[in-house]
This record gives sequence, structure tokens and C-alpha cells, in this order.
Amino acid sequence: MTSTEAVVRVEGLHKRFGRLEVLKGVDLTLHPGEVVVIFGRSGSGKSTLLRCVNFLEDPSEGTVEVGGVRLGGGHRTRRKLAQIRQLRLHVGMVFQQFNLFPHMTAVENLMVAPLCAKGVDKGAARKHALEMLDRVGLADKADEHPIRLSGGQQQRVAIARALAMKPDVMLFDEPTSSLDPELTGEVLAVMKSLATESHMPMMVVTHEMGFAREVADRMVFFHEGSILEEGSPEQMFGATRFAETKTFLNAVL
Amino acid sequence: MSAQRHVFTSGGDRYDRFSLASARVPFGLKVAAVWVVIFIVLGLFFAVAQFDVQWMRDQLSYIVGGLRYTLYIAVGGIALAVGLAVLGALGRISKNPVAHGISGFYVSFFRGTPLIVQMFLIYLALPQVGINLRGSYPGMPEWLSNVYVLGPAVAGTLALGLNYGAYMTEIFRAGIQSVSGGQGEAADALGMTYAQKMRKVVLPQAFRVIIPPTGNEFIAMLKDTALVSFLGVTAASAEIFRRSQQAGNADFKNLEALLVVAGIYWALTAVFTFFQRRLEARVSAGYVRTSALRTREAPVPPPRREGA
Repeated sequence: MTSTEAVVRVEGLHKRFGRLEVLKGVDLTLHPGEVVVIFGRSGSGKSTLLRCVNFLEDPSEGTVEVGGVRLGGGHRTRRKLAQIRQLRLHVGMVFQQFNLFPHMTAVENLMVAPLCAKGVDKGAARKHALEMLDRVGLADKADEHPIRLSGGQQQRVAIARALAMKPDVMLFDEPTSSLDPELTGEVLAVMKSLATESHMPMMVVTHEMGFAREVADRMVFFHEGSILEEGSPEQMFGATRFAETKTFLNAVL
Repeated sequence: MSAQRHVFTSGGDRYDRFSLASARVPFGLKVAAVWVVIFIVLGLFFAVAQFDVQWMRDQLSYIVGGLRYTLYIAVGGIALAVGLAVLGALGRISKNPVAHGISGFYVSFFRGTPLIVQMFLIYLALPQVGINLRGSYPGMPEWLSNVYVLGPAVAGTLALGLNYGAYMTEIFRAGIQSVSGGQGEAADALGMTYAQKMRKVVLPQAFRVIIPPTGNEFIAMLKDTALVSFLGVTAASAEIFRRSQQAGNADFKNLEALLVVAGIYWALTAVFTFFQRRLEARVSAGYVRTSALRTREAPVPPPRREGA
């Protein structure tokens, strides 16, 4: 296996929920420093793909390889669970609904996983957590509970929380979809700086085409459970090969 | 409609006039007045019925002396119940067939049989197990056959804890499931283990939902400690109901004794209800603004149980 080139390698991925086949054989490779924007109609399988990458969903067929750990679906034995956890340590995820822990302050949200899943000592965890909060411009909110923060601030804390685990790749599952329009900018700005300054490899499911045009290295169009076409933003916004892509882009632009 | 209103205001309806005249008196004050009247009526009734108030006063301190045992049993019982309810609830939501099966059996049995029967089972039937085991295996060490012999207070505490734990399993299960799935997913995505996810993320949030109904359960259990007296506690360590019976029987003042002990239970539950309300308010003062308000307005009714 030549896995040195890839941060994430998805091969032959199928996902079925009962009779419904949501993913119909997806192959996708994410290279170091690459930002891939995944777009498509709702229900086309974009989110399911992201959720399979860190095994929030088990693939029905096919494999996912991250950080040298290559895993497929199947029964979750104890050994498999340990491997999944190992894989997840390499993957940061940001959810549409933020999913911050409401009973913890911002800095505690960032510290909890490094403390218990990685065994970092408390002083180091706090120091790094504060750095990450500063990275997303929220150092002054370290001791606030999430409910006291705006939606945009919450999502930035959620990004910092994922970064606090020092992941090899970040997954963003519609990170701005549940935000008021005037708050999306601050989140996208953080994501952009993550891509351009930190060269963090990212898989981003989003309808923010402005962000895609500016930041994406590659755009992937999902249609009915598989990748219909992919290419650079120039290609996508210039001339698409398929009518479906064109129709979709016209609808969201 | 206007005709009706006309009749209403000018008519000689006594209630109407009264409510108009007292319109400025605060509602709380009116309720307090009603309570005072109730107490006056009760006092008159006591006087007419010739209850021996002097005896009640004299015996009060002896009966109150049992309060610490009542509280020991209730606190021990609720602590056991909380522990069992956490385990039971985790079992109920577990995909592990062994854990699921055991907790299902536990809840089914202890909710399906009367508390008083469970007490007698633990107090009277369990020692028999020890004796029979010794009969079958004479070689077994003595302590192993004697562990089944429990004092009445211990057996009672155990039975209360097991019984309430079964009821509270459902409360805890609902509390855990009230924590949104996204919370668990976030913990998973961060690479936390199941135990870490539960301990750090899910249970702390579930407890906010669980604490108010658990307070209710504790108050209900305070009253159910009276059942322990049926196991025949020795005089020295008798809880309040047992003591009231002893004192009442000795002087043929059974009714007075019952009144005293009823009053003590009532006062006790009133005090704990007050603290529970405060606790509820404190819990709701945090981040969950709406859910705690809801519990305050419509407290979860404690499950009906025998002997209460």
C-alpha cells in the first residue's frame, strides 16, 4: 500500500441503511494540505461519507484509511473498537449543531478529550487549549459556558476543540448551516486561515460556494450516493461536465 | 351576555361580594388563612375527641429519637438505589445482551413484587438460604452461610434500595436518553471510550434531569421506611414508626401515637420538599433553562407503590 501520499484514503465505500443504499461505491483520496469541498443535494450521501471516515457510521463495504490505520466495516469487536478509537485520534470533526458540551466551559470543552483519551497532563492540556482558543480568536471566552456564546463563537470553540487533539485531518459537516447568515463569516474565516496558514487537510461538506471558490483545492459533486464529478473550483465554476452539477450550482449560487 | 353580567354585579350573590371585597388581599395570604382554619378545626376535633395531648407531648422526644434511624435507612436506601439505577439504566440502553438481560430481570422483578414482600424475602427467606447451603455443603466456611442473616434495619435498607433502584432505573434511563445523540457523537469523534463518554459527557448532563425526580423518590422513601418496623427492629435502634407503636401499645394511646408519628413524617417531608425545590431551582439556574422549568411546573409523579 502506498499510503504515504494520502491523509485519508476511502476505497469502494458502500453504506446501506436497511434497504436504502446511501453510498454506492465511493473512492476519495485526500492529500496532505488539501482542502476538498464536498457538495450536492441533501440526501446525496455527503454527510454519510464524512461520518464513515471517522466511523460514526460503519461502512457496509469498503475501507477507510487514516494515519496508517486501515479499517472496514463489520462487527465491532473489542479490538476493532480500539482501532476505531486509534483512527479517530487522527481525525477532527466539526458538526452542524456544534455539539459542544454544555456543562463545561469553553476551555474545559477543549481539555476533556486530550486529558482522558490521550492522557496529556492537565497543565499541558490547559496551555494547549488556551492556544487553540486564541487560534480561533476566543481566548477571552475561555471560562464561559457555551450557552453564553453566540452560534458563531460556539462553532469556533468546536473547531478549537477538534484542533486540541492535534488531528491530521479535519472534517466539517455543514459547519455553517445552522448559523444565522451574519455569523457564518467568522466561522469561514477561521476555516480559511486553517487551510491557508496551517495547511490543515480538510474535507468540508458545505453549500458555501464563496468559500469553495476561495479555499478549495478540489470540489467533489455528490449525486445519488456517488461522486458524479470532481475538479478544481475553476473547472466547476467554469464548465461542468454534467447537467446535474450545473443545475445544482445554479440553484445555490 | 350583558344581561348576565348585570345580574352578576347587582345581585346579592354572597360569594361574589366576598371575592370582590377581598380582591386586594394577596392570594398567598388567603391560602394561609384557609390553612389556619383547617388547623383550628382539627384542633377542635382533637379536643372533642379527647386525645391525650399531654401524652403526645411527653412521648414526642422518645419517638423523635428514632429519627436518626429513619434517616439512616432512607439515606442508605437512596444511595443504594442511585447506584443500582445508574447500572440498571446503562444496562437498559446497552446493546450487550448480558447487561440488558440482567437489568431487565432486575427491574421486572423488583417492580413486579410488593416492597413489603421483598423486605420479608430478604429478612426471613435469605437466612434460610444460608442454612440450606450449609446443609448441602457442610465444608463451607461459617461466615459464608452467615452473610445471609441480616439485621432488620440492614434488610430493610437493602429492600428499599433494591426496590427504589428498579423504579429509578427508568428515571435514569430517560435522563440519559434525554441527552442529545450529538453529545455522544462528539465524545466518540474525540476518541473517548464508552466509559469516558458516559462519565464526562453524558451522565453529568443526565443528572441535571435526574436530580429533581430523585429528590421525589427520596421523599417517598422516607415514608416507606415505616415498613421496616414490620421486620421487628430491636428497641434500641427502632425508627420512628416502631417507636410510636411501642409507646402507644404500652400506654393504650395508639391513636395519639399514630398522630404524633404522622406529624413527624409530615414535617420531615415538608422540610425535604422545601430543600428539593431549592435544589431544583439551583439545577435549573445553569444552562438548561427550559427543561428544569418544566419539571418545576409539573413534577414527575412518583410511581405508585404499595404501602406508601
